[in-house]
Amino acid sequence: MHLTDEQQAILSGSQGETMAKVMKTLVMYGDAFEAEEMVAVTSEYNHLVTSFGLGVMAPVYDLMQQLIDAGVMSQQKFSVDPRPLDKNVPKNLLQNLIFNKFMYNKQDFYEGQLKKLGLLHEDAFTCACYMDEVGNKPKKGDILSWAESSAVVYANSVLGARCNRNSGIVDLMGSIVGFVPKFGLLTDEGRKASWIVKIETSKKPEAQLLGSAIGMKVMEDVPYVVGLDKWLGSELTDEACTYLKDFGAATASNGAVGLYHIENLTPEAVESGKELIKSDAKVYVIDDKELKRVKDNYPVIWKDRDAKPKLCFMGCPHMSLQQLKDWTDRVEAGLKAAGNKKVQIPTVFTAPPAVLEEFNKTDYAKRLKETGVITSYICPLMYMNNPLCGKMPVITSSNKLRTYTSARYYTDDEILLQITKGGKN
Amino acid sequence: MKKFKGRIVTPGTAKAEALVTKGGLNTLASFQKALQFGDKTAKCGDQNNPDLYGKEMAGKALCLPQTIGSTTGGMVLYCACAMKRQPACMLFSNHIDSLAAAGAVLADVWVEDVNMPVVDSLGDEFLEYVKSGMTITLEADGTVCVE
Repeated sequence: MHLTDEQQAILSGSQGETMAKVMKTLVMYGDAFEAEEMVAVTSEYNHLVTSFGLGVMAPVYDLMQQLIDAGVMSQQKFSVDPRPLDKNVPKNLLQNLIFNKFMYNKQDFYEGQLKKLGLLHEDAFTCACYMDEVGNKPKKGDILSWAESSAVVYANSVLGARCNRNSGIVDLMGSIVGFVPKFGLLTDEGRKASWIVKIETSKKPEAQLLGSAIGMKVMEDVPYVVGLDKWLGSELTDEACTYLKDFGAATASNGAVGLYHIENLTPEAVESGKELIKSDAKVYVIDDKELKRVKDNYPVIWKDRDAKPKLCFMGCPHMSLQQLKDWTDRVEAGLKAAGNKKVQIPTVFTAPPAVLEEFNKTDYAKRLKETGVITSYICPLMYMNNPLCGKMPVITSSNKLRTYTSARYYTDDEILLQITKGGKN
Repeated sequence: MKKFKGRIVTPGTAKAEALVTKGGLNTLASFQKALQFGDKTAKCGDQNNPDLYGKEMAGKALCLPQTIGSTTGGMVLYCACAMKRQPACMLFSNHIDSLAAAGAVLADVWVEDVNMPVVDSLGDEFLEYVKSGMTITLEADGTVCVE
């Protein structure tokens, strides 16, 4: 890799041994992908994937401490993924003991480290940092050093920023040095599509299901999606962005997609159209039958397939303000139709702290509370990592949560029916 | 005995028993339980991977196409190395993915007394030929001997 004089000097130790090791990490990382140069990180803020003080991850906190002790700090302030704990979310005594004593017993310590390293503010904990209320929204063409897969795919695809699917710790290191190796999704060639996905469904496809189908088919490749604008329109409205948030998270977790193009909608597809498609691109047609096939093939890893759900999580990735409002209307209508006053399964809607703050200023917050739905800033994934929670029958419409935990996937309509009418499968 | 030549991602030599997965290794799902509950043999906890589930990964020559799953994957691999529960080496049939590369590099640069050489681009034939239980010898130039 060609390094500038400044980069070479850092590698040689001009800014100390620890900074040299950070640079060496990034150079070796780039070498693994034949990167020819490093490019400057240009976004205003960074975003880190590691938000949890999991006791077992002691080597991570040791490394962070090495950086702090050496005065090697992030050049950007950063937001970070959601907190793993929230007292509002239902849990029993034993689960709580495991959370606090055995799992996230380093949470306070680690949050202290994050503050020293450059945390934006006390409540900058969400996976959806790009929402307006949160304020970490990169500009088109910005170079990022992010790692959270759902945020990376959103930033690349919907915002037109440029970021690879980095790993935790490497995200921070790019921000410390101010450079990242140029390869993959940072290059024009790497952003070209090797799949054409044709949407031929009879109705608007469920975002999380469509994303799952595409992710499992294309894995880490870039898909160019044709026919979705019929359902989403050709403007990046709040509704379209929310759809793409959930769709993208599923492509990234059910596969390893870091960028997708939606014809006539996402910025690079609008600009360059079919020029983005590689000449040897493969074709994947998605119709109602294919979506059904994908959904029917999800494994159910509950011990009792017919168990009554004990908890429902919505909001992985975190819900937007409009989603919270829409779901308030839907839950109220569902309860009315079912003749119930409160949800029949303990239900948690998760959203960024800044979004919840705005939501709580509206009349919707009171209405949602009256339905019995709990709002939280928690990361449902980290909740489910508790072995005792993992054994519970939990339902969700998040395909990311389904993929990484024992939570069972249902479509939005199915979830609504279950939580308002009763917990029968 | 058959030899395959790969590309060195992080250097080193190793001799170990092969542990093979035909599907991607979900790093977080595979290592999380072992790291959390002090399992020094690092039994694979990924229920979705029938090739590896319940098998000991520490000290094995892990043969795989690529890693998959959460972008904490590189960090998890780094932790496995720092806690001395890492495979003897990792041998990828495909080009290495960004998460595994990050983990391998973090371990190489930041963990002093651990050696987990990583070689990639060994080809589909390598993964078709190698079976769990075979003996792997990884040479310093990236040559992998399978017997």
